[in-house]
Amino acid sequence: MSLDLTFFIILAIMAAVSALMVILRKNPITSAMSLVLHFVSLAGLYLTLHAQFMAVIQMLVYAGAIMVLVVFVIMLLNLGREEKMAVRQSARAAIGIGASMVLGALLIWGLTQVMRPVAAGSSQAMVNGQIASVGKALFSTAYVFPFEMVSLVLLAAAVGAVVLTKRNLK
Amino acid sequence: MTQTDLLAGLAIEIVSIFALIIMLTDALVERSTRLCETLSIVGLLGGLAASAYAHLTMPGQTAFNGMIVVGGMSTLYDAIFCGAGIMTVLLAREYLTRVGGMFDEFYTLLMMSIAGMMLMGHSADSMPMFVGLEVMSICFYVMAGLMRNKLSSNEAALKYFLLGAFASGFLLYGIALVYGSVGSTAYSAIAAKALSTQFPTLFWVGIGMMIIGLGFKVAAFPFHQWAPDVYHGAPTVVTGFMSTAGKAAAFSGFVGFIAPTMASGVPGLEKAKVILALLAVGSMLVGNITALAQTNVKRMLAYSSVAHAGYLMIGLAAGNAAGWTGITYYLVAYLFMQIGAFAVVGILERENGGNLTVDDYRGLARRRPGLALVMSLFMFSLTGIPPFAGFFGKYYLFNAAIQADLTWLAIVGVVSSVISVWFYLGLVVIMYFREPLGEMEGGEASISSRTALALSIIGTLLIGLIPQAIINIAAR
Repeated sequence: MSLDLTFFIILAIMAAVSALMVILRKNPITSAMSLVLHFVSLAGLYLTLHAQFMAVIQMLVYAGAIMVLVVFVIMLLNLGREEKMAVRQSARAAIGIGASMVLGALLIWGLTQVMRPVAAGSSQAMVNGQIASVGKALFSTAYVFPFEMVSLVLLAAAVGAVVLTKRNLK
Repeated sequence: MTQTDLLAGLAIEIVSIFALIIMLTDALVERSTRLCETLSIVGLLGGLAASAYAHLTMPGQTAFNGMIVVGGMSTLYDAIFCGAGIMTVLLAREYLTRVGGMFDEFYTLLMMSIAGMMLMGHSADSMPMFVGLEVMSICFYVMAGLMRNKLSSNEAALKYFLLGAFASGFLLYGIALVYGSVGSTAYSAIAAKALSTQFPTLFWVGIGMMIIGLGFKVAAFPFHQWAPDVYHGAPTVVTGFMSTAGKAAAFSGFVGFIAPTMASGVPGLEKAKVILALLAVGSMLVGNITALAQTNVKRMLAYSSVAHAGYLMIGLAAGNAAGWTGITYYLVAYLFMQIGAFAVVGILERENGGNLTVDDYRGLARRRPGLALVMSLFMFSLTGIPPFAGFFGKYYLFNAAIQADLTWLAIVGVVSSVISVWFYLGLVVIMYFREPLGEMEGGEASISSRTALALSIIGTLLIGLIPQAIINIAAR
């Protein structure tokens, strides 16, 4: 068994188990922490695919920023031990499970229709996911204009947050 | 990145840079409202000039590695966005000061949202389109909540934000799926893929999700539920801006990504056309019939804007050159009449949010004859009565549908226009032939508001008189 496959199996099991923990645990903090574990194992999977940039971004954005936000929300809602989220056993749950299975099947089937695998270890596979090539695409070749405009998104959000929350604006 | 690239994107760059200048002015200068106002208008005029320059010197050229395209319809989109911006700036100070939402940051957000819209109008690729949409949307979420002391305004901002973020998710997921099956985000590459004989499911699921995301942004049925609450709760000048420029931007994105695919004339596209036609029918009927039941003028205009999204979608469903120019023409016409109507509503509105029901408009012709006359003119145009701009807009769209063998769609359009006569002309009847009830105060129409109203009237009349001029620019 190759090293790649070993890592894949370990990380895949970790990802699947932690994803299940997210929805099966009753305590929201445990769910949130399982989600962190899930994100970390996904980042590991990206690494085995030579997608270093994706792995780093996954850690920074999901495991870092978004999870901090989730934990903050849980903290602010102040869920005590008694107020653990009630698990609803209703027709709604069945519909939800059914819908997600249909969506999952549709996506898996759709992906198999368009799979265009790049041979493992080929030069393209090695280069594409590197931070250098992503940086080149962003700054020098294709995406420089949209990339610069993204700064307006961040600026607009910052200005908006100030306008909507600052006390006694003038 | 070369000099040509920078020149092609000059209009967007000028507006963005002015947004930043205004932000700094607001921070550094004391009592800067008037200065910000002037700077906004200068920036928007500069954007218009740069866009006209690009239209004349490099029509149809792409820049930044095929990310943006200049000339033709994008010039008209720029004119719509900058025009709407100028009229909104002229109306804003007087109104926002009265209702208590006057922050100088308004001008920064307005300019940024216009930069985002222009990026959408110019995009030849899904990536800049999405970035532009996000710039615009984030500014809108904030602008909807500018009246911080009013619950309805807060509600509007929150609802718009939550639902809008959800819709953006749909759009982005759609773009990702299309990218996954095509291997490119460029519109031309997407069209080429649609031309190939195989139709991978993933590709069509992606296109469907993009239609859902953009359908939400244009407030088309069945993704329109946010529109009445948001349009009602937001400050009236912002509503006027969102429902014209915002809708135009979303449609520019729609046309941009769908037009190359439709132009290829693949047989499998018939299904997509049917779906778009059904969305159009739903929007027109639901919008107009629900508008019948409204007693609040702002909500009535909000529901009727859903119907107008329906008329515009006829052009998408037709999917031919006449459809695209029809959409562009209608967006220009709609800009003037809708902003004008909301300007009148804003002038009449009281500080506490009064004077918004249809009953408050009873006998308006006796109390404020000028405003009543102007409002009637916009109502006639919104109904689609010749010789106003609204008539020719509908004429071009219905004509496009007939050319595309969708005569039934044109008939539904005419029927729903007839339904809209009831509430549009109903308002005129109430203003002219009913006795006034209760008190009527509201703001004075300041000189800048009068200028904005005059601009909308001139636009509504002039475009109705010389429709061919607009069509010629769009076709270039």
